[in-house]
Amino acid sequence: MAEPARQPVFIAFQANGDTIPIVDAIEQDNPHAQIDESPGMVKITAPGKLVVKRETVEEMAGRAFDLQELQVNLISLSGSLDETEDEFTLEWKL
Amino acid sequence: MSAVMKDKAGRQPPKKLSLKQNYEMLTRGLGWEPSYQKKEDIYSKLTYEGIHIHDWSAWEDPFRLTMDAYWKYQGEKERKLYAIIDAFQQNNGQFNVTDARYVQAMKIFLNAIVGLEYASHRGFNMLSREFEGVGPRVAAQMQAIDELRHATTQIHALSHYQKYFEGMSDFPQQFDRTWYISIPKSFFEDAQTAGPFEFITAISFAFEYVLTNLVFMPWMSGAAYNGDMSTVSFGFSAQSDEARHMTLGIEVIKFLLEQDERNVPIVQKWIDKWFWRGYRMLAVLAAMMDYMLPKRVMSWKEAWEIYFEENGGALFADLERYGIRMPKYYEQTIHEKGHMSHQLWSTFYQLRKAGGFGVWLPSEEEMDWMSEKYPDTFDKYYRPRYEYWRELEAKGEPFEFEGLPQLCQTCQWPCLFTEPEDPTQLCFRHSKYKGERYNFCSDGCKDIFDDEPEKFVHAVLPVHQILKGEYFREGADPRAEGFDPMFEALSYMGIKPGVDGGLFSEHVDAKKWEEWTGRPANIHEGPVSDAVRKTG
Repeated sequence: MAEPARQPVFIAFQANGDTIPIVDAIEQDNPHAQIDESPGMVKITAPGKLVVKRETVEEMAGRAFDLQELQVNLISLSGSLDETEDEFTLEWKL
Repeated sequence: MSAVMKDKAGRQPPKKLSLKQNYEMLTRGLGWEPSYQKKEDIYSKLTYEGIHIHDWSAWEDPFRLTMDAYWKYQGEKERKLYAIIDAFQQNNGQFNVTDARYVQAMKIFLNAIVGLEYASHRGFNMLSREFEGVGPRVAAQMQAIDELRHATTQIHALSHYQKYFEGMSDFPQQFDRTWYISIPKSFFEDAQTAGPFEFITAISFAFEYVLTNLVFMPWMSGAAYNGDMSTVSFGFSAQSDEARHMTLGIEVIKFLLEQDERNVPIVQKWIDKWFWRGYRMLAVLAAMMDYMLPKRVMSWKEAWEIYFEENGGALFADLERYGIRMPKYYEQTIHEKGHMSHQLWSTFYQLRKAGGFGVWLPSEEEMDWMSEKYPDTFDKYYRPRYEYWRELEAKGEPFEFEGLPQLCQTCQWPCLFTEPEDPTQLCFRHSKYKGERYNFCSDGCKDIFDDEPEKFVHAVLPVHQILKGEYFREGADPRAEGFDPMFEALSYMGIKPGVDGGLFSEHVDAKKWEEWTGRPANIHEGPVSDAVRKTG
């Protein structure tokens, strides 16, 4: 493969009020990501890597945010995950 | 800002543990070395499959979810879900879905999926007992609880439909006995009766990671599009756990492959087997997506391209470094993507009297949609058949198949799929084992049987059971005058003959829907009764 690190990863959330700041934060921190909305669901796909940063979500939501709260509205994801207090990262580690 | 806060006595407060440290303490920290029993006696099923594990502590849940956080977030999910189910029920949500055909799909969901969730719950309980490492035991325990939650929330959400529509009252019986539900049932029982490593590869990886996105993403989004608040809510609520299960699936594969090179061919064989079994099981979903959603989000073909070809492709590209290749016969799934839903729906139509839900032919509008979505296959192979069947229906002579189909010994579908290279020829494969002949729908299913014939000769195939006279209710007398073996067998399966199945346009659900809502039971065709108000 010519560009092995460019395989897509994605994350999908329920489309609701809780996830607007999360999706906004992802959009800001991952300019290469593509956002697809379908009924009830928003799916964010990016080549190679996708990061959710706690700090940006907090900025967008205007409140403290624990990344484990993502669990509540998460629908699906692909890629290898690494989660710390500050970042939730999906990546194909080639 | 950097000054350390001290309490009144001048002590520094203990530092909050990082997510990683917290996870270490609440998983590894819970294990102990046995003193009066041998490890191999306690964990007796870990070696016979040929898998070698050297270091269980190398297993990590990347979510780093611990039991305390688990209960907190699961509690929140449940509160949200039950608030929505309450609202759905209080507002007669069952009448706000697009039309009564949508409800027919929910019957398949309730009768087939709930039993799978419960079987999965049992399977993961077994894993949390069998695995030696604490990390995977905790993950398996959480998943066991998740699966039980899915079964109960699905029952609660769908019980409301059950009050109004036929075919949903006997779901445990249907799960155990109904012919097309033996497909998912046998899939899970095959996994449950395998060893712990095969089970987790089958369910967590091949099924959850590679295939369930197809169930929960396009299908649930389709449910949302058709106005089904309650199903969307339990679907997405379940799927929020699924993201964790999928992560477990990919972690387990990496763990097995990194532990020992000898694991690689065993894992590849399991991936081949369970990919094919899962794919065959999902044929029902293909038909549900293309035919049973009155308003559609995407076709099966598009979903397969996004969720298997693109995402699965990325996954297997990542696994290449371990010597893992794409699952065997994956090319065939790509070839079949333009055919599978049409072949299955045609089969359900022909066997509709033996089904637990009403069946219909696609309308002109729907056939046009399929022509657009399946430009290479629909007009050439399937439209002419539907148009002919529509003519027969118009003449009052609807086509039906009155015999019993030949089932595949492995996947248990009728042999309804076509040859990989020729969509006009049904595919039949056979094997001989101990002097008996066994039938298969595909090379994939034949390979699985040939590898484990002793297991699969024990498969309980509903058609065989009917022919053997085993599928009769207690007290049934086949010698009595007027004895109807089909009536008897359907009753045994939990299907009400003449009520649950048949043509949708004659179905009691269709008539009642129009009576209750004043709207057509099938938005694409004219009303089936006089109850629909004329508005212009």
